[in-house]
Amino acid sequence: MLRDEDRIFQNIYGFEGADLASAKARGDWDNTAELIKKGRDWVIDEVKASGLRGRGGAGFPTGLKWSFMPKESDGRPHYLVVNADESEPGTCKDRDIMRHEPHKLLEGCLLAGFAMGAHACYIYVRGEFIREREALQRAVDEAYDAGLLGKNAAGSGWDYDIYVHHGAGAYICGEETALIESLEGKKGQPRLKPPFPANMGLYGCPTTVNNVESIAVAPTICRRGGSWFAGLGSEGNTGTKLFCISGHVNNPCNVEEEMGIPLKELLEKHAGGVRGGWDNLLAVIPGGSSVPLLPKEICDTVLMDFDSLKEVESGLGTAAVIVMDKSTDIIKAIARISHFYKHESCGQCTPCREGTGWMWRVLERMAAGRAQPKEIDMLLQVTKQIEGHTICALGDAAAWPVQGLIRHFRPVIEERLANGPMQEAAE
Amino acid sequence: MSVRRLNEEQPSEFAFTPENISWAEGQIAKYPEGRQASAIIPLLWQAQKQAGGWLPEPAIRHVADMLDMPYIRALEVATFYTMFNLSPVGEHFVQLCGTTPCWLRGADDLKEVCRNMIGEQGEITEDGKLSWLEVECLGACVNAPMVQINEDFYEDLTAETFEQILNDLRQGNEVATGPQNSRRASEPEGGLTVLKGDT
Repeated sequence: MLRDEDRIFQNIYGFEGADLASAKARGDWDNTAELIKKGRDWVIDEVKASGLRGRGGAGFPTGLKWSFMPKESDGRPHYLVVNADESEPGTCKDRDIMRHEPHKLLEGCLLAGFAMGAHACYIYVRGEFIREREALQRAVDEAYDAGLLGKNAAGSGWDYDIYVHHGAGAYICGEETALIESLEGKKGQPRLKPPFPANMGLYGCPTTVNNVESIAVAPTICRRGGSWFAGLGSEGNTGTKLFCISGHVNNPCNVEEEMGIPLKELLEKHAGGVRGGWDNLLAVIPGGSSVPLLPKEICDTVLMDFDSLKEVESGLGTAAVIVMDKSTDIIKAIARISHFYKHESCGQCTPCREGTGWMWRVLERMAAGRAQPKEIDMLLQVTKQIEGHTICALGDAAAWPVQGLIRHFRPVIEERLANGPMQEAAE
Repeated sequence: MSVRRLNEEQPSEFAFTPENISWAEGQIAKYPEGRQASAIIPLLWQAQKQAGGWLPEPAIRHVADMLDMPYIRALEVATFYTMFNLSPVGEHFVQLCGTTPCWLRGADDLKEVCRNMIGEQGEITEDGKLSWLEVECLGACVNAPMVQINEDFYEDLTAETFEQILNDLRQGNEVATGPQNSRRASEPEGGLTVLKGDT
């Protein structure tokens, strides 16, 4: 089990203050200038050496992403944009960073921004997180007052500004190009790529969009060394991770654990176990609503990291673990997720706009037993027609949970339909 | 997508208060010159607050004028983002999370409380105090089920505690925000498993 001294977020539960003095007592902003004086390449190399993969869901190597930014400015400013539009169902970790550890995020913004040649950073906070946004703004104000931001930030010789921005209730703005569109004052509809944001992002300038957690762990990685972080977890799946455990466990909670912890150990050690005991487990959605669920027999042994979960046709996503015990109507649970995607589709691509609503309506009928057995295959086929046929990944994210349901719980659907009103009518 | 239309009845005009104008100028200053449209969400949000919790059509035009944007662009933003209420809401506007993590932990019971105490979604109680809407994941899933009322989250709810909160708000009593059980935030109930301060 991860030792407390290897936990990056020492105040994740907020038992201590989130203010600058308390943050400094925890080691934040400790001689940041010295880290910056080691140079851009040093910062990027440490983050690369740490093996850190993006914490927003896709798991792209963070150091590599930073290195895509142009080395020299062609006259256009560079931007760091922090994605704090945390909206993936099951996920509530960035919220805790913003309200309890905001200075880790701000110091990370300075280091990351410096590493990519940016002098300005926008933090895009989801609209509903009003108190969290206020907490973050308080921290920004404190940092300016203490000279840690602004001209010659933290005495590093690097000028750096951070602006807190917010959305107004659109899940799609968690997609990086939709977020950029939204930040420019438009509807949050994703852009086609290429051009990629590193070349043509915010206001047409080189931009990198990173998740809150990815940025907030950077200062600790730079201080303790990439090799320290890489020494936790396994190769390709290094470091620590904030897990959000919700649903049918005895004690739902957020917890920072080592990457690759067995799912069963995670639930039993930190969340008080599955309600009614491990044998009462039906299924787990291991990485936020977008990833396919796993039935109990896989949950028995699976490890919580990117590659292990990919092997079982699911994903780590945001590491939001949604637990469902045997009392759960699994068809309804996934139908509710389909409703979410129907509600959040931006409407730009036809397969997603029409398909999300179609899947939801069929699943609602299936949950009520009002469908023909042949519609199961039809539903599966439609998910395949949505997946991969849209500008952004929301179409995929809507299709995968339904595919997971059919893959693992087809007999449950068949039984429901066999006992449903349509079968009785047919007979 | 959801169908979102402007309210049929609209006030004839809207203008920011002087305080809100200077607040808005501070917001616009966050963005590079010529990029003032970036401030549209914060400004519409402030307009909604000033108008009593919903966004009237003249307010959308007022903000568009301030930011030198065509009205249609501002209307697009106002209708795209679901936190802009296009019709009036109660003084205490309840957004009830109904997405799967909250649903698994009893969001349906909370909906029942809303139906009994307030009525159907979108209806405002006769005293103007309460209205409610089922919304998608609000990002407090380890403290499910939960609701947002105006600017605050109320977490770890039961039908009983939720009913009490609604009654207290209606009567103007102080209400504690955040988790409604013994928790402080996202730590497990009944004792920490990490960061116990013993290492």
